[in-house]
Parts: sequence; C-alpha cells; structure tokens
Amino acid sequence: MITFHDVNKWYGDYQALADINATVERGEVLVVCGPSGSGKSTLIRTINRLEPIQSGRIEVNGEDITRKGANVDEQRSHIGFVFQQFNLFPHLSAIENVTLAPVMLKRANKSEALEQGMALLDKVGLAHKAQAYPAQLSGGQQQRVAIARALAMKPPVMLFDEPTSALDPEMVGEVLQVMKALAREGMTMVCVTHEMGFAREVADTVWFMDAGRIVETGTPEGFFTNPQSPRAQKFLSEIRH
Amino acid sequence: MWEILSDNWLLLLIGQYPNGPMGGLVATLSLAALSLTLALPFGLLLALGRLSSRRIFRYPATTLVYMVRGLPLLMFIFWAYFFVPLVIGRPVAGFTTMVVALVCYESAYLAEIIRAGIQALPKGQMEAGRALGLSHSQTMRRIILPQALYNMLPSMMSQFVSTVKETSLAYVISVQELTYAANQLNSVLLVRPFEVFALLALTYFTLNFILTGIARLVELRVARRRLAQPVQAVPA
Amino acid sequence: MQYVFDFGAVFQAPYLEWLIQGLYTTLALTGLAWIGAFALGTTLAVIRLADVAALNFLISAYVAFHRNVPMLVHIMFWYFGVPAMLPMAWVDQINAVGGEFLMAMIAIALVMAAYIAEDLRSALRAIPSGQFEASRALGLSYLQSMRKVMMPQAFRIAIPTLVNQTLLLFKNTSLAMAIGVAELTKAAREIENVSFKVFEAYAVVTVMYLLLSLLIMWGGDVLARRSRLAGGH
Repeated sequence: MITFHDVNKWYGDYQALADINATVERGEVLVVCGPSGSGKSTLIRTINRLEPIQSGRIEVNGEDITRKGANVDEQRSHIGFVFQQFNLFPHLSAIENVTLAPVMLKRANKSEALEQGMALLDKVGLAHKAQAYPAQLSGGQQQRVAIARALAMKPPVMLFDEPTSALDPEMVGEVLQVMKALAREGMTMVCVTHEMGFAREVADTVWFMDAGRIVETGTPEGFFTNPQSPRAQKFLSEIRH
Repeated sequence: MWEILSDNWLLLLIGQYPNGPMGGLVATLSLAALSLTLALPFGLLLALGRLSSRRIFRYPATTLVYMVRGLPLLMFIFWAYFFVPLVIGRPVAGFTTMVVALVCYESAYLAEIIRAGIQALPKGQMEAGRALGLSHSQTMRRIILPQALYNMLPSMMSQFVSTVKETSLAYVISVQELTYAANQLNSVLLVRPFEVFALLALTYFTLNFILTGIARLVELRVARRRLAQPVQAVPA
Repeated sequence: MQYVFDFGAVFQAPYLEWLIQGLYTTLALTGLAWIGAFALGTTLAVIRLADVAALNFLISAYVAFHRNVPMLVHIMFWYFGVPAMLPMAWVDQINAVGGEFLMAMIAIALVMAAYIAEDLRSALRAIPSGQFEASRALGLSYLQSMRKVMMPQAFRIAIPTLVNQTLLLFKNTSLAMAIGVAELTKAAREIENVSFKVFEAYAVVTVMYLLLSLLIMWGGDVLARRSRLAGGH
C-alpha cells in the first residue's frame, strides 16, 4: 500500500530521515513510535507530501507520489490525514467541515455529500453536533469531526499524526475508540502515537524510530515485551516511568 | 459658535447643492466610502502578491506597497490631478481625481492589513485544506480568506476612519467636501475664524469618535466569535 | 501629444534653489516637530502611569481630539483660528518669526504627540507587570523606576511603531503647503507652475520623498536590530 524506497530528508544540514526502506501492506495497522525528534512525524508527513524529500521514492497505492509532474492535490484527496492540532475550519460547522472537500472536488453533489457526511458523523458519535461550530466542541469532539472529515473523501489509507497528544486525558479514550473501530473494519492505517495500549490492542506492526532511522520493527507484543535494540529498550523503560 | 452652526449647518452638510455639486459632510463620507470600497480588491491583490512564493508577483507588489508608504498623500493627489485627465483624454471632476488618489493610497494600507490577517491564521489551516486535496487557491478562497477578512474587520474600520480624515486633503484641489465648505464659510464671515475652525474640528471629531466607537463594538463582536486557536476547546 | 522630457531643466537655477530650500524646510519642520512630539508624547505617557483619574481623563480627551480630527484641519485651526484669539502683540511676534512654519510645526507636533503617547501606553502595558514591582522592591523611587527600568523597555518594544510615526510625521509636513509653508511639495508646485514641466517636477520631488522615507525605514530597522537583546525580544 505504501512503500518507502531509500528515503532521505534534510532540513538544511540536519538530516531528519535517513535510509528509510519499508512497506505498509493493505489493511495493515501500523504504529510508529520513538522519542521526540526521531522523525516519526516527519515520516508520516512525507506520505502526503506535506514534507518534501530530497532523495528516494515513495509509492502510495501503486503510484509514485514523488515523481515530477505528479498532481499533488489529486494524490492527497486519496489519503486521509488527521492532525495533532485537529485543524478544523472554525468558520464552518461540523457538517460543513466534513462536506467541504467532497463537494469542492466534485466527488459528490451537495445532497449526497450531506447524507454521507451525516452518516460519518454518526459513526464517530457526533451526529447530534452536526450544526455545532468547532469553538463549541471539546477537543475530543473536534478530533472526531476531523476524522470524519478525512473519511469523507473515502481514502484507502488513513494517516494519524499524534491524534491524541493535544487532548486532555479524559478525552483520549473517545478518539481511540473511533480509531480502533476503523482498524477493525480493515482500514490501512499509519499512526504516530504514544498510546501503547492502542498499539497493543489493534496494531499489526510497530516501527520504532530514533534519529531519523527505523531502528526496529515487529509485532506489538514482541516489541513491547521484548525490545531487541538498546535504544528501544531505553525508550520503553523511560515511558513506563 | 453655536449660532454659526445653526445658521450654516446646511452648507456644512451638503455644500452648495443644489447650486453646485453635492458637498460638505455628505461628500466627505461618500468619498471615504467609495474610495475604501474600490481599494479593497486592489488591496487584496497586493496582499496576495506580497505573500506569493513567486518572485514575479512578490517583488512588484512589495515595491508598490513601499512606494505608497513612502509618499505623502498630497503628492498622490497632485499626480492624479494632472495625469488622470491626460490618461482619460478629457477633463475630470475633482471628486474623481480624489477617488483615484485615495484608491491608490488606501490599497497599500489595506494590503498590509489583509496580509497581517492572513499571516495571523494558524499554519494548520492551510495544511488541513491541502491535506484534503484542495488546491492552494481553493484553500485560499474557502478557508483562509473568509477567516482573515472577518478577523481584520476592526482594522479595516479604523482604516475607514483614517480615510475620512484623508478626504480633508481634497480641499487642496477644490473638491467641495467638509473642509472646503468650512473655508468657504470662513471667507464669508471673515471675523470669526476661531469659531469656524473649532466647529470644523468638532464636526470631524464627533464623526470619527462615533465611527471609532462602532469599530470597537465590531472588535468585541469579532473577538467573541473569535475563530479559536486549534487547541482551545470547551469542556465536553 | 508630443512631450519632451527635460529633467535637466528642473535642476537649473532658480528651480534647484527652490528644491533645496523646500527640502531644507521639510527637514527642519520634520525635525523640530518630532522633538516636540516626542517630548510631549513621552511626558503624557508617564503622567498616565501615575493613574490619577482626572489626569487620565484629560489625557484621553487630548488624544481622542488630536487623533480624530484630520491633520490639515489642525493646521488650519492653528494658523487661521488661534491667532484670532491672541492679543495683537503676540500675533505680530509670531508673524515676525514666520507664522506659517511655527503654526504648522505646533499643529503637527501636538497631533503626533497623541499618537506617540498611545504607542508608549501600549508598550508599557506589554511589559511584564513584575518589572515595576521588582524595581520598587529594590528601593528605587517611582521616577527612578520609570527612568531606568520601565521606559527603556517600553521604547524598545515601541520602536517599530515609533518609526512608523516618524514616517507619518515626515509625510504630514507636506500638508504645511496648504498654509503657504515653502516645503518640498510646494516647491514642486512652484516649479511646475512656472516651467510647465509637470512630470519632471513631480517626479524629482517624488524620488526625493521616497529616498528620505526609505532612509527613515532603514534607520528604523537598524535601530530595532541594535536594540534587540541577546536571546531575542
């Protein structure tokens, strides 16, 4: 589904990603974790080209998204992205946030978009808040609307960039619940997160990153109970305290 | 002073109409409103130019804004006075000349206001729009600009107050707005200059004080519906 | 329509003298008005801090009056209106030293003082409140705290807006031509009136204004950079 070929990225002299070679299969739920500055957010943002790469190739759904002349907007409309800061559009209501892209990009007419949008809001448990504006919603509610907004474009893959890091603890659960439901439905998901419980419950694979490299990969069970690399061991012992 | 007002309020309000063009306070307000409205689209273009990633747009836009900031309005008025008729090919009313000068001048200041409004929005707004697959201009049109322009309403209102004050310069090219009317009055009365000009000052003061008050109300309203920073949420 | 551009003509006598005289007058007007505006504006800002209700009201009224009335009207008020209320002896004295220049200078200085007072007020409000308390806690008097701790920080914060006001002040000197002051814009008009070289006259004066404005903006940038503290502020 997603393949990284020899991906390298620099910010000036600082190398943010080094020799990334890895694949995400269709239907796989991947969790990317690591200390801050390890490049995990950068990595996920290269998939929908919010961050450019200087060398290497990334393929999404069979298409080389990094080739010259690629239509970035078209590619992005097939990748769902959920931000840490939600980034809902404050001047639009929840349902308007969800239906904006499908209508503007001509994926559906207004009534279809409305119907599908309401169904999605219902799925994330917020049909009753369809007319509310982001400022009237809690953090957890805003993030769930953001997930519905990303799903409205019917993407084959969903990317989550630390979706619960900006939330108060009591709201983390409601967002994780939505993400777990998505995982069980077979959605291909890449999640950058610190929520180890989530990883253990629904993830198929864990990538541990440090200093711009993928240091270790494995199943959640394997990684959390028996980390192989010393850096992963250090990371896990630190977050347990 | 009050008898001057009661005797001559009509002159100050509408100038020599109907024995001449519409003047006085009405002319002042129409000049300001018309100029600022016409300046908006140009200001928007200049702002977008200044923010553009392409040098071919950015350099000219920035140069134009700096030029307007560096030149007194009076020079713009004289340029317009001599060259608008030349360009159009026939004589032009002072009112029109003044509008042209004000539109040029105000566009640059509006451009800076709009630019500040756009840059004050969180970066995530543009990213979220692009991440959905919307193009840069689609995101600008539906996400960025609606928010920026609304947030900048208070600044635009105080720019309107500035424009009202700037209309007084139309006096220099004999446009019959409020200041001109007051000077006319003074040359008729002759022996009461202090009262006449005090009255003129008070008229502008009252007008702009009210407008500034309205601007403050608008600012409160905008702040209340303040399009919230992302992680500012109400408890569930 | 054939039009022969003749920039050389503008730089011949007597036009050149008019330009230089105009430039000199503009700069003199700017400089003197600036000193007055700055002194008065700072004084008003400091008085406001003492937080005496009656004084605050007076200063707010002063600021509101001078900011809401157009600069041109202020100039007219001082030149046409005020002398009518003064005793004849004073008026003769004023006219002897150059009434137009003086009145324009007073009007511009008073108006810009209002803007400067407001800018310093916001700048003072932007200083963390602990600063004043800390300096008093050390034993410094009110005036000493103002001089050594508060005002220096306020000025540093206010530099961008103060540079803007300076620019505005400089541009406003052109309005003095309406009462006959022979500054730069008037020089352009005179040259154009006599020589009919409209474009050349205005173009030369435009360039002069732009160069001086750029100089002010550049000077402001240098000042802002120099006054920046290590670690950014």
